[in-house]
Amino acid sequence: MILLLIAIFFISIAFGSIKMSLEEVINALLRNSEYSYVLWNIRITRAIGGILTGAALGVSGAVMQKVLKNPLASPFTLGVSHGAAFGAAFAIIVLGAGKSHSFGSEAVTIFNNYPVVIFAFLGALTSIAIILFLSCFKGASPESIVLAGVALSSLFGSATMFLQYFADDFQVAATVFWTFGDIGKAGWLENKIIFITFLVGITYFYLNRWNFNVLFWGDEIAKSLGVNIKILRLISMFLSALVVSVCISFLGIIGFVGLISPHIIRFLIGDDCRFLIPYSALMGAFLLCLSDFIARTILSPVVLPVGIITSFAGAPMFFYLLIKRRRF
Amino acid sequence: MLEISNICAGYGNKLSIKNISLHFNKGNVYAILGPNGSGKSTLLKTIDKIIKPKEGVVYINKEDVQNLSRKKLAKNIAYLPQKNSTSASSTVFETILLGRKPYIIFEPRQEDLKLVENIIYIFGLKYFSFRNVGELSGGELQKVLIARALAQQPKILLLDEPINHLDPKNQIEILKVLKKITSELGIITIIVLHDLNLAFKFADYFIFMKQGKIYAKGDLSSIEDKIIKEVYDIRVKILNVGRSKLLVIDE
Repeated sequence: MILLLIAIFFISIAFGSIKMSLEEVINALLRNSEYSYVLWNIRITRAIGGILTGAALGVSGAVMQKVLKNPLASPFTLGVSHGAAFGAAFAIIVLGAGKSHSFGSEAVTIFNNYPVVIFAFLGALTSIAIILFLSCFKGASPESIVLAGVALSSLFGSATMFLQYFADDFQVAATVFWTFGDIGKAGWLENKIIFITFLVGITYFYLNRWNFNVLFWGDEIAKSLGVNIKILRLISMFLSALVVSVCISFLGIIGFVGLISPHIIRFLIGDDCRFLIPYSALMGAFLLCLSDFIARTILSPVVLPVGIITSFAGAPMFFYLLIKRRRF
Repeated sequence: MLEISNICAGYGNKLSIKNISLHFNKGNVYAILGPNGSGKSTLLKTIDKIIKPKEGVVYINKEDVQNLSRKKLAKNIAYLPQKNSTSASSTVFETILLGRKPYIIFEPRQEDLKLVENIIYIFGLKYFSFRNVGELSGGELQKVLIARALAQQPKILLLDEPINHLDPKNQIEILKVLKKITSELGIITIIVLHDLNLAFKFADYFIFMKQGKIYAKGDLSSIEDKIIKEVYDIRVKILNVGRSKLLVIDE
């Protein structure tokens, strides 16, 4: 898995609109050559962004599915992405943040992105807060939490449409453009922030791998085995949603990676969280890097948003797993 | 060692058990008997802090269980609920190893693995060790779950109808093992049973519950036809067979 990831990393940085041989890539990495700038500031940033975001989405999906005991659970099921999309739409349309312009093949570009990022993050946090309130103070069951997530998605979806209805053409285009997940939006700063939240998340998740394994046997057995399930659910949901919120706010919506990565690992090596957690992260990183490579090369020189590729490839993969393995 | 003092507990506003006070001693098997809905499961859940009592206190070594952390409690009490999820896809070995969860700091130690191997041997599960629990029959799974509870090395073992899915041979085997472990390790085993004859054969003390209250309690000598008739609303005769008793339906 790690070897595959390293391979796709090097393929990703070697291929692009400027073609480089393997020797030129190594040269540019080790010394200051004509390709060094492109490599360090565009391709490696992008590839690392892909690895970190994919890993964050993969591990968050695995934890959500475990904690909510629902194979369809992913950070998106809880309405996080719709909350973020609403936040971004609010910033673009109501606050006029992020000026948008149209340039030839790139439909719309958003300048001064940070207010949009901050509001997208706040939108995602609102979803998390509502979900955590339901689960913590109202004692909602995992099933109710998933249903609440579906309801929240619908609510934020319609609120976004309401805003778009009164927006001008550019604002609508900018809002829609924001939702296209694109790893290219990440720079070194964004990658650092994603890395720090991911590190906090995966450390907590890995330290609780035995607790997640016990959860499978039901709440009563988990309690009897010494697991404080309320705290475990609360912190796990908060951290996984937080990790994903940070990614979505910077990069836009990237579907299916969080949902499908844990399913592929479960299909290949089983349910044990000692392996499921780290391998879902690796699988997520690999899938997103691969998808980004496809997005950049399939219609070259046009670079597609990676979210389109993940959703396109993710759905048939999910069907395949569904047919091969009846029980999730 | 385990003492329950004036416990009232239930779900929502409804009390399932009312003013229950009991005392349990080490090395004995206690059978909780009574019709469906008499509060047997609620009593076990209250002892293991799964349900918080509305009134009263559960003491382990004179310490209120509400003041014990989940982890500390798990080193004292193992609980096997009546209904168990079968959606897990772990092997028999991994499932029993989960019983060591309260003791695992980062990864299981060699002695944890050894203990699990030992329990697997005692329960005759050697040939199932690496089989997925999803592929086991109801009875085999139940054996694995009891083994998992014992892997916790508890001082108090709470089992809610643990032999329901087992055939008579396995029922007797399991109860024999439980009785032996209880007296050898000096633990307290509290077991909810519906088969009164098996209870008479293997338990040391009997607690009869009816409508959330203790109707009668005592050792084998204290059991009379009248208690069974009042608790279960059936006519029976209790015969003395050797050192045990046998219940027959009296129609």
